[in-house]
Amino acid sequence: MIPELGHYALILALCLALVLSVVPLVGAARGNVVLMGLARPVARVHFFLVAFAFGCLAFSFYVNDFSVANVANNSNSRLPDAYRLAATWGSHEGSLLLWVLMLSIWMFAVTVFSRNLPLDVCARVLAVMGIVSVGFLLFMLLTSNPFERLFPVPGEGNDLNPLLQDPGMVFHPPMLYMGYVGFSVAYAFAIAALLGGRLDATWARWSRPWTTAAWCFLTIGISLGSAWSYYVLGWGGWWFWDPVENASFMPWLAGTALIHSLAVTEKRGSFKSWTVLLAIVAFSLSLLGTFLVRSGVLTSVHSFATDPRRGVFILIFLALVIGGSLMLYAWRAPSVGLGARFSLLSRESMLLANNVVLGVALAAVALGTLYPLVVDALGLNKLSVGAPYFNAVFYPLMIPALILIGVGPITRWRSHFFLELWQKRRVALCLSILAALVFSSRHWSAWLVLGLFLAFWILITAADHIRTRVMLVPRPGLLNKFRANSRSFYGMHLAHIGVAIFIIGVTVVKCTEIETDTRLQIGASTVVGGYTFRFAGTREVPGPNYQALEGRIEVSRDGNAVAVLFPQKRKYLASGQVMTEAGIKNGLFRDLYVSLGEPIGQNAWAVRIYIKPFVMWIWGGCFVMAFGGLVALSDRRYRLRIRERRRLRGAASHAVGVPT
Amino acid sequence: MKPRSRRFLWIVAGLAILGLAVTLVLQSFRSNLVFFYTPSQVASHQAPTGREFRIGGLVEDGSLARDAGLGVRFKVTDTARTIIVDYRGILPDLFKEGKGVVALGMLGPDGVFHASQVLAKHDENYMPPEAAEALRAAGKPIRGTLFAGEKPVVTQAVPAPATSPSHGSP
Repeated sequence: MIPELGHYALILALCLALVLSVVPLVGAARGNVVLMGLARPVARVHFFLVAFAFGCLAFSFYVNDFSVANVANNSNSRLPDAYRLAATWGSHEGSLLLWVLMLSIWMFAVTVFSRNLPLDVCARVLAVMGIVSVGFLLFMLLTSNPFERLFPVPGEGNDLNPLLQDPGMVFHPPMLYMGYVGFSVAYAFAIAALLGGRLDATWARWSRPWTTAAWCFLTIGISLGSAWSYYVLGWGGWWFWDPVENASFMPWLAGTALIHSLAVTEKRGSFKSWTVLLAIVAFSLSLLGTFLVRSGVLTSVHSFATDPRRGVFILIFLALVIGGSLMLYAWRAPSVGLGARFSLLSRESMLLANNVVLGVALAAVALGTLYPLVVDALGLNKLSVGAPYFNAVFYPLMIPALILIGVGPITRWRSHFFLELWQKRRVALCLSILAALVFSSRHWSAWLVLGLFLAFWILITAADHIRTRVMLVPRPGLLNKFRANSRSFYGMHLAHIGVAIFIIGVTVVKCTEIETDTRLQIGASTVVGGYTFRFAGTREVPGPNYQALEGRIEVSRDGNAVAVLFPQKRKYLASGQVMTEAGIKNGLFRDLYVSLGEPIGQNAWAVRIYIKPFVMWIWGGCFVMAFGGLVALSDRRYRLRIRERRRLRGAASHAVGVPT
Repeated sequence: MKPRSRRFLWIVAGLAILGLAVTLVLQSFRSNLVFFYTPSQVASHQAPTGREFRIGGLVEDGSLARDAGLGVRFKVTDTARTIIVDYRGILPDLFKEGKGVVALGMLGPDGVFHASQVLAKHDENYMPPEAAEALRAAGKPIRGTLFAGEKPVVTQAVPAPATSPSHGSP
């Protein structure tokens, strides 16, 4: 009964999404206030229906209703509750439902936070998001119904893939999808602006907070996925340039470029057509990423053959959304105009350079990710692009962008003098070179010096800029001075500082980590990087739905105990799948990482021992970046609008809706 | 210099840098393409020596052998021909005899494939597409259903080799 209700709710949601994608657009074209006014309530009901459907699916997972094929394939009665919830989005069908849920949440948010938008803009934005929702709901209902029943009903489910039974995996997909789908708002604003022919600074101001919010979620989502691969896959890596990872990284690059170009469009009115194009590209890449990962294209291009309808539907949908918006862009963008002029050395040119670098990096990643797929689809050959390609291309490309971080924020709009910049930054330049040399003296390598230099450069310039701006405030008291600057200013610098923390993590791990695979007898010990690892023994440990063999490894340094690590080899009861759970001692300056390989010979194991200095800084940096975005979101100019809106609501709510 | 011609120079410089970047990207791309060969192709000397490539197929039953340390040797087959693979290190959890495998490495002059990486995949019912392709090319295509139906069999299998100190079947 419950699954049928969910299914029914999805069908109703599809009908509403159809209404939403047609009626408000007609209303906006004809200036009909009633039709346009329909957008908000319809979008809200659409949200409740999708949320209800999602609740139904989650409930089916919670009560182990194995008559639902999706539950039977991806859950098990012994699965802990939290993972049953995670199993809701663990499958292809469930993750599509999560996607639509996120889309409807963003639509709901648009209805709440854009009361002060002109009615026609709001109607168009919601309609465009409605069209996207139609596509996904149709795809789900026609080819991948999450509520499909199974007969005869199996007594037990197949279990969730053990690799996904991890706390990180509970949060990673929702965060990632919030990010992916969040770009649909910026996209919808761009399409609405193209349709309405009104592309101006106000348009940029409206889409900016939405883009930043989506970017924050995406940053967190990607870093959670990376942390998961560090401690679950058992090889201690954090980024493999795997196509699945690249699929989430490409929208992030486009989104980062979009955030920066939106700044120019809002403040100066320039780059308008480029910004619109970026908004379209960011969302298109999100769509592409979702489908690449979830449709099975990446595991094999030929897995389309298992259900050809899915592949065909995906290709048609992608072609319609991406092709349609690009055509609209080609038709409307030429009339947008170029905006204000700027000189070669100005904030605009710095941000332009940022966009060029990010764009080239994006193209390079896309080439390495998509080329093998295209070649395979054409039946020419099977090949892959090795991680060395991405490393060789991506790191050098980022260097100019990272140097710009230290200069861009102090450059004035329109034009600036080179000499002045040089005078302001030469001390910081010398200081960061010096600091890099000092800190890399123990592990000398060119990459370490370069990486640390870039990180210190960003940190020192950010600190200097904040200090100057705070000191310039003509008010008494440090706290007052500090408060006088806008939150978006601090948010920007926080995000940049996050980048610096991230660089420190990446560089130090890459240049000074120690990785050894060794044969370790029970009772014996080995010395790695100054630490003594003693293999004390193994014992059986029962888990909720697995049986684990746990090793005990005592780590000491110069005779002092440092940590005891308990790496596990788990055998999941339902599937019989074996999984390695690494034993990790986290630390601010180094991680000790041990994982069990397999038993070799009598009382001996193949053991993997890693020492990973500063590895936590990688994800710490990502969280600081996202936090910076959050601080920028809480800026006064966005909060003011809400307050203003509340004040106006009573007096002039009917006047706001009149289209121009 | 006039402002106009100065701007022109800047644009030329920018384009030159961009062109250089693109050239470097493509150069690095070409040298890092990793091609895939089936055991039959390797056996008939179609695979390059002195360049990394990937092979895929099934791990032949009973072919896994260890030395005293971390060295392992196993045979990869596409059911028509067989290639000996040599690897030092810890094999992924989902590595099993009779299962699909993909290895990255270089072919030695002795015809042994020296793997630097044995690829782990995220799901044990999943057949690496390259391995499936190798079997298909050898005339033994694998249908997805065959592998999905294998699940109960896997449940009974003991994951660790017989020498395991305490890791028997439940």
